[in-house]
Amino acid sequence: MAKRVGAEGSFAVAEAVRLADTDVVAAYPITPQTHIVERLSEMVADGELKANFIYVESEHSAMSACLGSSAVGARTFTSTAGQGLELMHEVLYLASSMRLPIVMAVADRALSGPLNVWGDHSDAMATRECGWIQYFGENAQEVFDLTLCAFKIAEHHDVLFPVMVHMDGFHVSHVVEPYLLPDKEELGDFLPPINYPYPLDPNKPITMGAFAPPAVYSECRKAQDVAVNSTHATIENVWNEFGKRFDRHYKPIETHKTEDAETILVSIGSFNQMAAVAVDKLREEGKKVGLVRIRLWRPFPLQAFRQAVKSAKNVVIFERSMTYGGTVGPVCAEVKSALYGTKGAPRITSFIGGLGGRDMSPKQFEALFKRAQEIFDKNLDIQYETIGVRE
Amino acid sequence: MAKKDFELTWKDIPVGSIVHEPGNASQYQTGDWRSQMPVLDKAKCVKCGICYRFCPEPCIVKDDDGYYVSDLFYCKGCGICAYECPKDAITIVKEEH
Repeated sequence: MAKRVGAEGSFAVAEAVRLADTDVVAAYPITPQTHIVERLSEMVADGELKANFIYVESEHSAMSACLGSSAVGARTFTSTAGQGLELMHEVLYLASSMRLPIVMAVADRALSGPLNVWGDHSDAMATRECGWIQYFGENAQEVFDLTLCAFKIAEHHDVLFPVMVHMDGFHVSHVVEPYLLPDKEELGDFLPPINYPYPLDPNKPITMGAFAPPAVYSECRKAQDVAVNSTHATIENVWNEFGKRFDRHYKPIETHKTEDAETILVSIGSFNQMAAVAVDKLREEGKKVGLVRIRLWRPFPLQAFRQAVKSAKNVVIFERSMTYGGTVGPVCAEVKSALYGTKGAPRITSFIGGLGGRDMSPKQFEALFKRAQEIFDKNLDIQYETIGVRE
Repeated sequence: MAKKDFELTWKDIPVGSIVHEPGNASQYQTGDWRSQMPVLDKAKCVKCGICYRFCPEPCIVKDDDGYYVSDLFYCKGCGICAYECPKDAITIVKEEH
């Protein structure tokens, strides 16, 4: 029977890794991810999780150890945040191009400098081209469920890609809240043992990570791109199967009051919960507003996203990272690219805020809607504005 | 290898670009990187084998008569053999492709 327990998002992730009978954890502690690996380290020491915990000297080594572990066919987990994710950056591309089903939880954090350990999406967005499947959980229950699903998705033979489970640093990783923790019996055969099809084996040697000259590199790249784009069906199937068993449902694009919405806010991560409160209030006032929560970020669910914002005349993006010197932030760029040239494409503007742990209240989201309306009404040529920043 | 690398389409690429046939680097032709090639003058050669020792590829092999000759399937035309030859028996000549 599932127990209703109170825990931080970090501990919920650790419980999912334990229930998954993970074989190897290789990780280096960094705020705000520390509690995930501390808890796993305790579980291994106490015999609750029969895994090899590799205490590495850096995140670069953590991800490198994960490559080796995953390549021999072991169920492999790691976790990091912020600067740590940046330090493993080059190795991330190897995990995806070698098609190794590693699962990683990221407690998203700002990037230096100035040094800041609090939450935003700078680290997540800096890794968006690295070929991993990436999705976001917004509370303890979601990150528990989605971490469990991540193993099933990554290891599925139609997928074989590493999966990053994103959770907002502190706002999810450190907030104690209730969630339902199933036991082994309830989990049943949802997550079968890993069966990686190409394990390194001295009796059947293969070469992984070989070099590819110009004559063949482009073909390798296209093969990888086609492969990651073909994972949509499996991701949704796994979430649907999870939903049937546990009655908690996940979709690549989640919508809130979008049916007849004229203005739709698009955002990612736990601040969506604040945005939803603002949407509810504005709806009570008779304003036709709605919220689209991007859950699956890579591969981007293009058709589902277009469908979700179909009714909108105006689309507003709120995002928690900057593209210094760029035209807009990364989420807005994705949205504009997804909608450009479509029939009846909406007007689009965007806001950047919630950087380095700064909160966004429902009232600020209401102000955001108001300002967006002003930008649209006056036809102002504004690509993005910051919100919640002292002028 | 059934196909040469430049004949492979993206659909031919194995999952993860894994090479399932170990030790197949010997089938990889590096000779076509070459723009110049070594030519051995057997009248000058004393079969000392210094070129054989210095060749970084290493693609110089001893033939049935004891001469050291370059295997042009692999030779990249670096010219180290010609530079090191104490008898100036090896000349590097431009090659038309």
